[in-house]
Amino acid sequence: MTAETLPAPAPSLTQDGTRLVFAGRLDAAAAASLWRPAKAAAEAASAPLELDLSAVEVLDTNGATLLLRAGGEAPRTTGASPAVAAVLARAVAAAAAPGPAGGKRRRFSPLAMIGAAAFGIGDKAAGWVAFLGEAAVTIGAYAVRPRGVRFGDLMRHLDEAGTRAFGLCILLGSLLGVILAFQSSIPMRQFGAEIFIPKLVGISLLRELGPLMAAIILAGRTGSAYAAELGTMTVNEEVDALKIMGIDPMRMLVLPRLLAGTLVMPVLALLLTLAGLIGMGAVMVGLGFPPTATMNQLSSSLTLGDMIGGLGKAACFGLAIAGIGCRSGLSAGRGPQAVGDAATGAVVGGIVSIVVLDGIFAVLFFRLGW
Amino acid sequence: MSAAAAPAHVAPGPDAPKVVTVDHLAMAFGARTLFRDVSFEVRAGEVFVILGGSGCGKSTLLKLMIGLFPPTAGTIEVLGNDIVTASGDARERMLKRIGVMWQSGALFGSMTLLENIMLPLEAHTKMPEEARREAARIKLGMVGLGDASNRLPAEISGGMAKRAGIARAMALDPPLLFLDEPSAGLDPITSAGLDKLIQDLARDLGTTFIVVTHELQSILAIGDRCIMLDKDAQGMIATGNPRELRDTATHPVVRAFFRREAM
Repeated sequence: MTAETLPAPAPSLTQDGTRLVFAGRLDAAAAASLWRPAKAAAEAASAPLELDLSAVEVLDTNGATLLLRAGGEAPRTTGASPAVAAVLARAVAAAAAPGPAGGKRRRFSPLAMIGAAAFGIGDKAAGWVAFLGEAAVTIGAYAVRPRGVRFGDLMRHLDEAGTRAFGLCILLGSLLGVILAFQSSIPMRQFGAEIFIPKLVGISLLRELGPLMAAIILAGRTGSAYAAELGTMTVNEEVDALKIMGIDPMRMLVLPRLLAGTLVMPVLALLLTLAGLIGMGAVMVGLGFPPTATMNQLSSSLTLGDMIGGLGKAACFGLAIAGIGCRSGLSAGRGPQAVGDAATGAVVGGIVSIVVLDGIFAVLFFRLGW
Repeated sequence: MSAAAAPAHVAPGPDAPKVVTVDHLAMAFGARTLFRDVSFEVRAGEVFVILGGSGCGKSTLLKLMIGLFPPTAGTIEVLGNDIVTASGDARERMLKRIGVMWQSGALFGSMTLLENIMLPLEAHTKMPEEARREAARIKLGMVGLGDASNRLPAEISGGMAKRAGIARAMALDPPLLFLDEPSAGLDPITSAGLDKLIQDLARDLGTTFIVVTHELQSILAIGDRCIMLDKDAQGMIATGNPRELRDTATHPVVRAFFRREAM
């Protein structure tokens, strides 16, 4: 007869001197309702109580937990049926199994965390240097002999990072242009200088905001995807399998992504800038300036140098975002959480790197007088 | 995985109540038929094994039985409920009375093993925290993981994850446990310990086990009855006691399976 087919009498507990008399079905529900009285009786007694189990009809392991709490880890029992005694014996044996070595799980310790973080920074820095070195060697080797990158892979990455982001770039770019034009029209109007809005927005978009916004889109969409994809491959030991097969993961996995990131970024930045200029042009029409006036302003202020500077910067952003995404994925730990951590690291690292690189470019362009 | 000295698990007789009834079951993914006309019954207290070669639909059949997705045709009754049509409270009540050990263990990565096992107790019982903790500790002790209770799933081996998965499946002491490839990838000693645990739980608690596996030694050690699925036949090709099938089967695939012969 199984526990399932037996009736389910209500569990009860009564104390008779040094005996605790249990009755009915002892399962999780009984452990819930009788835990406190059983614990109180056990704590009040000077010696372990004897458990009378003659009226216990069903016992499962959750019910056995209750008996161990009442009678100690090796309870003295009377009247247990063979089935009840067998379950209890199994629970007693399991409870006697050795616990975790080293006591409790690691506690929160700020000092230990600071120490671990300090050592971690050194390890991470070493990892980054190794990665950058390997990437540089791989790119150099590819530049000398452009073979070894699978064309299909490169096209797939160009499609995923590039063409699939076109819609988002057009949407955000046009909105950015509209917002910049409206925002700048308020102070410009005070000086009667609304006609110069195209110069302001055009230079801002081409030199700065276009590459920056496109890079943020790339970091959010593609950097995280690279990290998650390579992180999953790392967790599944696919990267180790590549190495053992004598295939360089840098060339097979990282290089196509670096190339794709570097190649698509100027395109995305240009698209976003053009969409922004169109958005700005629409606002200018609304403000009463014909498109020809806007075009004249743009052509008189924007130079080829602005475009080359902006797009060159965008290519560097793309390389950095793809590199950080790949590095985060390849250095992922174990388990599903590792993939999430890698993706987060890729987005945060990507955006921070964009801002740092942009600052470096700002100083560089200032010194060069561009 | 120590156990009290006790007689071995005895297979229940044909008069034992039915726990699972599968009737004319068919499953197809698009145009690809996995199996059709699969019918069998599982009785209370039985260790029932679903076996077959890779890709024959064993794990799919298990997922159908726990109601993860509906079959193409046929009915499945689990603990008196039609798993396909059950919904709302009835479905929830039924799900509390089954436990599933997934092939990978499927432990929650952000929780320790002990917390993984405490989770169903917290969700479905009113046991106080101390009682939940003790009950979870005992479950881990039963699968030989008492010393790993504070570890995270990422810190344990695949075999340990499987055993922890069984402990979590047993958290609510359900009358019916589904195990998906419990022995795959385990060393022979751990695998034999797991087989003994299954037999002991079936004997002591009357737990019914439905085990999907292709590990021959496990099948012969624990199985009271089995069905064998075959990819080419797209259905069942044998049913009965696995030890009897090993000795008497005439179907070439069944014979080859039990004799570990290439086809």
